[in-house]
Amino acid sequence: MAGKTLFDKVWDAHVVQEIEGGPSVLYIDKHLIHEVTSPQAFAGIDARGMKVFRPQNTVATPDHNVPTIDQHVTIHDELSRFQVNKLTQNCENHGIELYGLNHPYQGIVHVIGPELGITQPGMTIVCGDSHTSTHGAFGSVAFGIGTSEVEMVLTTQCILQPKPKKMRINVEGELAKGVTAKDIILYIISQISTSGGTGYFIEYAGSAIRSLSMEGRMTICNMSIESGARGGLITPDATTYEYIRGREFAPKGEAFEKAVQQWESLKTDEDAVFDRELTFAASDIQPMITYGTNPGMGTKISGNIPAESDIEASGQKSFKKSLAYMGFEPGVPLEGMPVDFVFVGSCTNGRIEDLRAFSAFVKGKKKADNITAWIVPGSKQVEKQAIEEGLDKVLEAAGFELRQPGCSACLAMNDDKIPEGKLAVSTSNRNFEGRQGPGARTMLASPLTAAAVAVTGKVTDPSGLIQ
Amino acid sequence: MVIEKFTTVRSTAVPLPIENVDTDQIIPARFLKATTREGFGDNLFRDWRYDKAGNPKEDFILNQDRYSGSILVAGKNFGSGSSREHAAWAISDYGFRVVVSSFFADIFKNNSLNNGLLPVQVSEAFLQTIFDMVEADPGTELEVNLEQQQISIAGTDHAETFEINPYKKECMLNGYTDIDFLISIKDKIEAFEQSRT
Ligand code: SF4
Repeated sequence: MAGKTLFDKVWDAHVVQEIEGGPSVLYIDKHLIHEVTSPQAFAGIDARGMKVFRPQNTVATPDHNVPTIDQHVTIHDELSRFQVNKLTQNCENHGIELYGLNHPYQGIVHVIGPELGITQPGMTIVCGDSHTSTHGAFGSVAFGIGTSEVEMVLTTQCILQPKPKKMRINVEGELAKGVTAKDIILYIISQISTSGGTGYFIEYAGSAIRSLSMEGRMTICNMSIESGARGGLITPDATTYEYIRGREFAPKGEAFEKAVQQWESLKTDEDAVFDRELTFAASDIQPMITYGTNPGMGTKISGNIPAESDIEASGQKSFKKSLAYMGFEPGVPLEGMPVDFVFVGSCTNGRIEDLRAFSAFVKGKKKADNITAWIVPGSKQVEKQAIEEGLDKVLEAAGFELRQPGCSACLAMNDDKIPEGKLAVSTSNRNFEGRQGPGARTMLASPLTAAAVAVTGKVTDPSGLIQ
Repeated sequence: MVIEKFTTVRSTAVPLPIENVDTDQIIPARFLKATTREGFGDNLFRDWRYDKAGNPKEDFILNQDRYSGSILVAGKNFGSGSSREHAAWAISDYGFRVVVSSFFADIFKNNSLNNGLLPVQVSEAFLQTIFDMVEADPGTELEVNLEQQQISIAGTDHAETFEINPYKKECMLNGYTDIDFLISIKDKIEAFEQSRT
């Protein structure tokens, strides 16, 4: 019998029951909830007159809908405030731990799980948010679910899921200067398209992946969903254990050593078989940016927008619609395009390492006059750390300010909306039409690229500008 | 939540021949502030359907009287993007019972099935035939038979079978939900928890 993949090992250990010709009943270790996709689930459980089955396995925080200015005062938008209050009420009624506004642990669900040590190797983790795939960076099986499924987990700690197929993507070799985790994942999606991963769970492997920090690995796994994959994961190793060690909810002392021993077994067997396997050379990857309205429409910054003749016949209509929305011409160079907004934040690139990269680049430089920049930490903890490290001062001196934590302009549910027609370079994960506000135009890139754009005022490849 | 049983739907169709329709187009994030499941149909495809002032855009398909019915037919890779179930709620709430495409995003497919909205995956060629015939004659009816897992263009030989997980098919035919099932096996879940400690 062929060996097992990392994914098989974690998945199989959580199957309560297989249904004939149907999905598996999968047990969930950790459930993260937020204000937007949970109210209808609580309404469902209340309507049945039931209680949350294992409240200690769920953690809640408001993030999608919260203001990033004067957050500690009040939420002015009535509907947003109602939704956030509803989360508080529901958590109180059902005995769920809530990190509400002003709590030192509040932040974007996918940022706080790892930084608090809630996320650990070998776990199954779900959340009513597709970027739950982020937690796969620790060798856990983590994926986004819909609200009906949130209700299932609240009610029974399980969901019904068909087992996905398995893909391995290897990135081998050394990364060039200025090339970051974000560039790797934008490159991968540009190669396999936004549906190339549909039906699969992706294991990322290879020397370039292993060389990444946990933050970088999270950025990669985070965007798995943008290829259509339910999730992605990476074998835990010394980098993983060192990241987890000492964090609030991580095992301590002897228990930690024991846990590490167990985590050591979480790797794909030599003879395991994948349904699909791809290998990319790290040396082929350059700083990337998107030019269209889905994350698969990315290319190297130093290159051109594809010409119409580069696009397959079946994709022509979408390609033209997309460029028409962006106001771009096919075949033209990207570098030098004037930009209006820079957004640094989100569960993709709103962690401390991202703020460090951005700050290090802008240190001693000045924000370009034509740029409005929103720098949004992913969590209270990130905000605190940034201030402790003096990054807020560095940013201020260069003409930037640090806002308060939340999803912010990643999905523009709060007031942080890019105005109609404006062009933003964003470190988030989706460049869909109107994603960052009605009529807003988004180009996705790394925090380093965002920094280069913020000081030059135009699309810029950062690699030539770093020491 | 009560799910309506699904047997056969025969209806005219609304064609949306666009690929990669993502969940932000189906229901933009700013309309996700509700705490109930109802009313999302009003904002289905909001930014394609209405201009800034809230006036209907005439060229968008939902604003054209020629097209109506309970079947939405869309281009490849429908429902990509976020896990928001609000997308499935908006489509159902608007009055659709079936979405036909040549490829669906995973989470969207699950969300639809959990809400009694049937995703029917057809071949690229069949999808094109539907688009052509519906556009030539908006009165063209499609028939979707879940029991036989078949979709056909009424009054023609054009038909195709479609896949659906047998468990999910039972749920749709009987109006059962996954939650009912999971609650019924709670003792097994507790036994599983015991076995892990
Ligand atoms: S930052 Fe963006 S992608 Fe991440 S959880 Fe928030 S809305 Fe979703």
